Amino acid sequence: MNSLEVNRLAYAYPDGTQALFGVDFAIRRGERVALLGPNGAGKTTLVMHLNGILTAGHGSVSVAGTPVRKDTLKEIRQRVGLVFQDPDDQLFMPTVRDDVAFGPANSGVAGEELERAVKGALERVGMLEVIDRPPHHLSFGQRRRVAVATVLAMEPEILVLDEPSSNLDPAARRELAEILRSLDVTVLMVTHDLPYALELCERSLILSDGVIVADGPTRELLADSELLARHRLELPYGFAIPAAAE
Amino acid sequence: MGAGHHHQLYLAGDSVVHRLPPQCKLLAVAAFAIVVVATPRERFWAFGLYAVLLAGVAVAARVPLTYVLRRMAVELPFVLFAFLIPVIGMGERTTVLGVSLSVAGLWAGWNILAKATLGVVASILLAATTEPRVILIGAQRLRLPSLLVQIAMFMLRYMDVIMDEMRRMRVARESRGFEARNFRHIPVIARSAGALFIRSYERGERVHLAMLSRGYSGRMPMMDEISGSVGQWATALALPAVALAVLGLSL
Repeated sequence: MNSLEVNRLAYAYPDGTQALFGVDFAIRRGERVALLGPNGAGKTTLVMHLNGILTAGHGSVSVAGTPVRKDTLKEIRQRVGLVFQDPDDQLFMPTVRDDVAFGPANSGVAGEELERAVKGALERVGMLEVIDRPPHHLSFGQRRRVAVATVLAMEPEILVLDEPSSNLDPAARRELAEILRSLDVTVLMVTHDLPYALELCERSLILSDGVIVADGPTRELLADSELLARHRLELPYGFAIPAAAE
Repeated sequence: MGAGHHHQLYLAGDSVVHRLPPQCKLLAVAAFAIVVVATPRERFWAFGLYAVLLAGVAVAARVPLTYVLRRMAVELPFVLFAFLIPVIGMGERTTVLGVSLSVAGLWAGWNILAKATLGVVASILLAATTEPRVILIGAQRLRLPSLLVQIAMFMLRYMDVIMDEMRRMRVARESRGFEARNFRHIPVIARSAGALFIRSYERGERVHLAMLSRGYSGRMPMMDEISGSVGQWATALALPAVALAVLGLSL
């Protein structure tokens, strides 16, 4: 069963700029996949299609078999948990509790069940103790974790993270990695943090100029320095990945 | 990051007044203000009794007098205006301490001063015993227009974020040697304000996307079901009810 299927997806912005030129890939349930690409490759545009914020100009997206269309939007948005890059955009309610409750409450969960969903989600990211705090009193790393909880509370089929490691200090980065590894959901992680992709994802896709140019085991892709260089990707100074895995 | 706390108005506590549901308190304060405004300005003793009522609430809520006095600074512009009216007023004049003042102006000044002060103190007591976000829940319960409540909620949430952005822009200006010294520097400040507006607008768009992603459909879901019992409503509405009785006696 595929959690996510994207078929020949193309999109041009209203001003005529073509951002995606036929993107094809599928993610099986339970996989953790990294979507790599330089700035301007179309990563964010692609992400916006996954829960129907943008609608496909051509081609299709489907989540667990349900196509993303106007009439399925409600269901799709419950199944695709989008975690935005800036947690201040994601956390818009006055307290952490209200924020985590926002998604499930919109789909009609209430009372005891809502409370259980909120606490469960916060527990999974280790943030239960900040439940009554306003989001702006949390550290950046804590806010990112609460942002993950806000979508976990909706029991999504797939978690889509936009640059999850950005602005995190090394410890917060490791903590988030541990949390993501402990979750039992399908993950699509959009990033240009290559070591983070290697750490968390078995498989990677490289998006460049609006098409998928590579799809394979992360270790193999990152060992191919020519491939990386062609698409404005490179490992940070001092990193090297041996071509033959273990 | 992690900007300052902006809940200086709220005084944490666990008094009877603190525990009342927000919608009861909101309605009580609004009704009290209406009674005060409806009182003829000549009934000095009625205003005195209103003040005693508020003092009673302050004691019950354990809000210290000094705290209330300090918060009353917001009223200063009105006080200034109230003191100006007798000086610039027309008509019959009287002399107080060697200054010639208009009688009608004195009445008008007193009217503003007395009523505004009572209203401000009632609001201060409300704010001191109710967290801002809880006040908004109360407003939502009272069926105030949802759009306005949502706007107020976002203001509450993003005030710190925007202040922080503003502070960073100031630091960026100053690190390049700019310091606002006189009016010639206003264009620079104005451009910063414009940039801040655009940034906030763009943030608004991103927040909207985040809300859509979690199933927002135009209405905020009701999450806190704080309903007031008959006893709580009675407790809260005792304030305007007694005030109304005082008004009745004074007429």
